[in-house]
Formats: sequence, C-alpha cells, structure tokens
Amino acid sequence: MSLPVNAQQALSAFNQCPGWEQRARLLMQWGERLEPLSEAERGEANRVHGCESRVWLVAERQGQCWQFRAASEARLLRGLLALLLARVNGVPNEELAQLDLPAWFSQLGLERQLSPSRSNGLQAVLVRMQQLIQAPAQGSTSH
Amino acid sequence: MSLTSPWRTDFPGILALEAEGQTYLDSAATAQKPQAMLDALLGYYAGGAANVHRAQHLPGERATRAFEATREKVAQWLNAGDSEQIVFTRSATEAFNLLAYGLENEFQAGDELVISALEHHANLLPWQQLALRRGLKLVVLPLDSSGLIDLNQAVQLIGPRTKLLALSQLSNVLGCWQPLSQLLALGRAQGALTVVDGTQGVVHGRHDLQALGCDFYICSSHKLYGPDGVGLLYGRAEALQRLKHWQFGGEMLLHTDFYNASFRAAPLGFEAGTPPIAAVIALGASLDYLAGLDACAVAAHESTLHNKLLAGLSLRPGVRLLGDPRVALASFVVEGVHNADLAQLLTEQGIAVRAGHHCAMPLLHSLGLSGAIRVSLGLYNDSADLERFFAALDRALELLQ
Repeated sequence: MSLPVNAQQALSAFNQCPGWEQRARLLMQWGERLEPLSEAERGEANRVHGCESRVWLVAERQGQCWQFRAASEARLLRGLLALLLARVNGVPNEELAQLDLPAWFSQLGLERQLSPSRSNGLQAVLVRMQQLIQAPAQGSTSH
Repeated sequence: MSLTSPWRTDFPGILALEAEGQTYLDSAATAQKPQAMLDALLGYYAGGAANVHRAQHLPGERATRAFEATREKVAQWLNAGDSEQIVFTRSATEAFNLLAYGLENEFQAGDELVISALEHHANLLPWQQLALRRGLKLVVLPLDSSGLIDLNQAVQLIGPRTKLLALSQLSNVLGCWQPLSQLLALGRAQGALTVVDGTQGVVHGRHDLQALGCDFYICSSHKLYGPDGVGLLYGRAEALQRLKHWQFGGEMLLHTDFYNASFRAAPLGFEAGTPPIAAVIALGASLDYLAGLDACAVAAHESTLHNKLLAGLSLRPGVRLLGDPRVALASFVVEGVHNADLAQLLTEQGIAVRAGHHCAMPLLHSLGLSGAIRVSLGLYNDSADLERFFAALDRALELLQ
C-alpha cells in the first residue's frame, strides 16, 4: 500500500522534528490545513462523543474512496485530525478497511496520543470512522 | 523563598515519579502512599493472609484483629464515638450507593432530596437515580459567586418536604469549605437525613463528626494516603438503624434457611462478602503515620504552598480561577486557550495535573465551561514542584497564545 502524498509529507516533517515543542508547533500548523466545516455540518449528527473538546467528523463517499472532513475546538487535536485525514483520504475503500491507523500514529511518533488514559478523543474518532465506513448507508453520498 | 516538605521522603511514590521526570500535582484524584502503608500491605501478605470474621485459626484471628483495629483508628480519626459506626465499603462511590439503596424505603413520591450545584457525580447520580426510581424531586442548591452554597437561597429551598440533604464539605473543583454547620442545621430543623461528602475534606485537617452532627459522612482511603479499594461510611447510631440491607452474601447474616434470612446490624451487616482485608489493614498504617505528624506543621505547609500556587496563577495574564479556592487545590482556565490543548502540553512536559470536567459536569456547565485544569496538592509537594509547573505553564502558553 502506498502512502498518499500528504501522508508522505507528514511523515517526513514529523520524523525530522525531535523535541516536543517543535512537534507541538508542527501539529498546530497541520491543524490549520483542515478545511472548515459549515455551521450545519458542526451539528449533533456529526459529533464524535468521548472527547474533551467538541469534535465533528463528516464522511462522503466519492467513487471508490471515502473522503473525510473533521473539526475540533482544540488546536492540537485539529493537528491530529489533519494527520489522520492525510492518511485516509484518497485511499480506495478496500485498502481503507485494512489500514492500521494506530501504526500510522506510531510512525509519526505520536502513539501516546492514542493511549487509553488520553481523553483527547483521537481514539473515539478512529472508532467513529470505522463505524462510518462499515455502515455506508448512513454516510451521505455525492456523485 | 523555597519551601521543602519534611515528609516528602516518607513517600516513595513521589520520589519515584520525580526521578522519572514527573511532577505529581493530582493528589485530589489520588494521593501517593507513605512507606509505612507499603510496609503494612507487604507485611500482611508476606506474614500469611487469612479471611476475617470467619475462622478460629490463628492467622484468621490475627487478620481480624488487625482489620478491626483499623475500624478503631478510623473512629478515632473522625471522632466517631464508636467504631461500630464505621462501615467499610469498596469505595466512597459504593458508600453513596449503599445510602441511596439502604434509605430508599424512607421516601415517598413527592419527597425532596436536596444536593448542591457543586456535587461530584458520586454524590449526584445515586440520588438522581433514586429520585427517578421513586418519583422524588431532586432540588439543587445554587452557589454564590465565590463558589459557596448560597445560604439565603438554601433557606428558601430546604423546607418541610426535604427528606434528605447530601452536601460536599470541600469541593473537588472549587477548593473551598462549605458552610456546613448552617446548612446541616437547616436540614435538621426539617427532620431531614443529612449526608456529608467528606472525600476531599477529610484529607485536610481533622474533623469531629460528633460536633459536625451529620447523620452520615463518607470518604475514601486512597485520597487519605491509604490504599485504594476502601471507602468509609460513618453513620450516627440512630441513622444506621434506618438503613435497609442492600448487598447480600457471606457474613452479613445472622441466620438463614433456603427461603428466609435475618441480618446483622451495622457495620458487619453492610459488609457482605470478603472485604478488602489487606487494604483496610494498610489504611490503619496510613492513619498511624498521619497521627504521628505535627498537624499544625502540615496545615501550615499546605497553606503556604496553596498561597504560592494562587500567587503564581494570579501573575499569569488570562488565567481565570474557578471560584475562590482556599485550600488544597485550584482549578483554572486561560482566556483563548482550550483546556485540552493546555493539558496536552503540560503532559508533554511531565506535569501531572487533572484536566476536564472533574466528575462534576453540571457544575462546569453552569460556569459556562467544558473543562478546566486542576492543580492539587499533597503534604509531600514542595515549592520546586510548583516552579516546575509554572515553567511548564509558561512554555505551553507561549506556544498556544
């Protein structure tokens, strides 16, 4: 499985970034890349519960791929969401179901963000994403 | 001026965390343990475990004596009057549930249960669910601007239909002593049962439960420098008699055949099954340790450290305290900064503080907040801990603001 271009870019940026401070700055920069959600999209239907901050995840099916968009009130979580989307968007459906996303965050050196005592909600976002791709009838479709 | 804790070296856990680069400022969640407690825990298991209240044999007798000795020590610590008024539960939360089930028959549809707006979920949900089961009304006493239960409004809200008053002594979010003597008097005047959540309060200073005059007082071992897995329920003798048995099983009965049984009175009637024997014995060691400290020196140390915490927070622009904390802890938010971001960057720097809703969601919502950061102190913390916290806070805010 080949990495999407955005994911390759993320991997090289984070692997060149040793200290927590630089990594925090980098995370926040990635967070700025998230395409904003509309007021309507930031509604209860798209809300991911189980996070310290409010988080929304929107899934749209485009041909052979799912396309996700996400938002959060917390800046560092926005960065984590951007890194997640960089890995999953544009990946064909059958590959997406097989993706080891915790391993992706490990590759980036961010595995602690998924530890069970963390309440930042990244784990909850991954679970929601699985639910959305396993129940395609509930996702909105374009095309 | 630097402030060191003369008791720090008695706590291997705080030293181990420091060696690991972790600054522990979350003692309101759970406290580190003194060496004396660790020794007692190991001593009990290494010396030969046995069940309590069941066996004639020597190990069983020894375990039972040590177990019951802790009941005495707890009774003395709280000035309970009689050790038979102390029930061991598996947590403070279990003790609240014991009350909510054990007192259920006392209430009829339309009766009122009164709590306050700052209660921990453990002193909210058992009553909320009891109210739903029985068609009771849950009344919530509001707070004033400094985070104290508003006495003027309490006078209006505690009335003839009030059958139970369940209030926290010291909020785990706001860190201020509540005006309990006045509030309990209002409840007593209406003939209501009174319950005090002492989970935070019991850790700071000594409390005289006979003087406080509540019907029930609940606290936990693990915040009081003891092991986890033990909750404490004190009851006035007359109040304990009103409790119906709620968990059934070994050793809580007097006699049973297949179809009917009679039960023991408190405390054993409310300690069904094998209790946390080792933990109860080890709590006794923690209480011995605490009783051996100079209480004035501990109070002075905690107070000086708390003042340093408040002074440091007040110097940081944008920091807003929740309420007017007087003891042990301070919760705060920073303008324009999400508490989840701040928590994450403090974690990155090895600062162990609590972030989020602190098991008091309705309180945080009423303050218009989704969460806050809480710094809480134990008697082993010192000014170097606070310096590390403030240095980390400054670096985090530099990144986020």
